[in-house]
Amino acid sequence: MLATAIPIFGRELRTAARRPMDALGALLFFVVVGSVFPLAVGPDAALLAAIGPGVVWVAALLAVMISLHRLFLPDLEDGVLEQLLLSPRPFAGIVGARIAAHWLVSCLPLLAAAPLLGLQFGLTAPAIGVLLLSLLLGTPTLVLLGALGAALTLGLRGNVLLALIVLPMCVPVLIFGSGAVAASQQGLPVEPHLSLLGACLLVAVCLCPWAVGAALRLAVE
Amino acid sequence: MFDGLSFDVAPGEVVQVRGANGSGKSSLLRLLCGLLPPAAGEVQWRRRRIGTRGAELAAQIAYMGHAGGMSGDLTVRENLRFALHAAGSASADAACREVLQRLQLAGREDEPLRHLSQGQQRRLSLARVLLSGRALWLLDEPCAGLDAEGEASFDAFLAEHVRRGGTAVVTTHRDIGRNGPGAHTLDMNGLGHAGDRDPDLRP
Repeated sequence: MLATAIPIFGRELRTAARRPMDALGALLFFVVVGSVFPLAVGPDAALLAAIGPGVVWVAALLAVMISLHRLFLPDLEDGVLEQLLLSPRPFAGIVGARIAAHWLVSCLPLLAAAPLLGLQFGLTAPAIGVLLLSLLLGTPTLVLLGALGAALTLGLRGNVLLALIVLPMCVPVLIFGSGAVAASQQGLPVEPHLSLLGACLLVAVCLCPWAVGAALRLAVE
Repeated sequence: MFDGLSFDVAPGEVVQVRGANGSGKSSLLRLLCGLLPPAAGEVQWRRRRIGTRGAELAAQIAYMGHAGGMSGDLTVRENLRFALHAAGSASADAACREVLQRLQLAGREDEPLRHLSQGQQRRLSLARVLLSGRALWLLDEPCAGLDAEGEASFDAFLAEHVRRGGTAVVTTHRDIGRNGPGAHTLDMNGLGHAGDRDPDLRP
């Protein structure tokens, strides 16, 4: 498994380093969207703290969304996808490594910027900690579900269909993620929300690589 | 796209697929490597359907499609290394150097692929096929964009492959039988839905 994954990781990181805007685009989007809300809503501290968790989570979801259409498209156009499909290595493993590398490149920076956005909404330090934990558990699920949407819509024009397929599937993650932060603000236990996020992630990790693999096989036909 | 097509290829044989544009040459190659499932009929490799063979078949074939299977952002060396890794074939650096030398790509290993010309990118895809060490080559227009020298080295590589008992199915408009190894010709013309006959497979 590692022998399959490491070169895929290396390739993704190299490609991201050569095209930094592809990876940083999602981060910039996240920061800008998260910063526009406090400006538009006004300086009402209580209101900002109340909408903060939801806004940061929606911004993260949309940032993941805009990074998705480049996930498989270059590989399809270059013929790399065909070669990977013909590889004797397990295709679900290849797909899983590809998705994990995408998370590393496009979502890990979001986690680094999230505390900054939390401060703009006046979130307390414990709430920011819970926000980070919830993003750490939730964004991999978003990327896995998004990869399924990207594979199903591969080769189609426009990204509207991709968003329409993926966004509804992401609703539970959004609810548990922002719910965890809201619970910590109200002094309620956050473990139930985080456990549910972890459960979503486990299900997605088990099912998505196979489903994405099957969708990619169809896309190449 | 086409029907009534049936042929066998033995080890050490080269089949040149000819036909007009749109006659299904590329689709035939994609059928043979399993990227495309046949609407009817079956493809067999060593007397068993390829659908049931999966990784076993994948470890035997080297496919080269219209797109070279290389990424323009990565360098020649990175592309080759990744492609060989994905193919599961570990080639020594010395072998890579030798093949790149013969394809006149030596000295350009650290250049991003998109700085190379079309023909040079095609040569790199050929290098991948050569270094994969597979028994069956399925090459879709391998000579597209190659200059005379490139075509000559392709013929030489194909001849070596056949001497080692390898098999190849190649779509090209060139006459590969003249300078290279003898090739059977498979004519795809007239295999549209109208005809139901065995194709003319002649040495």
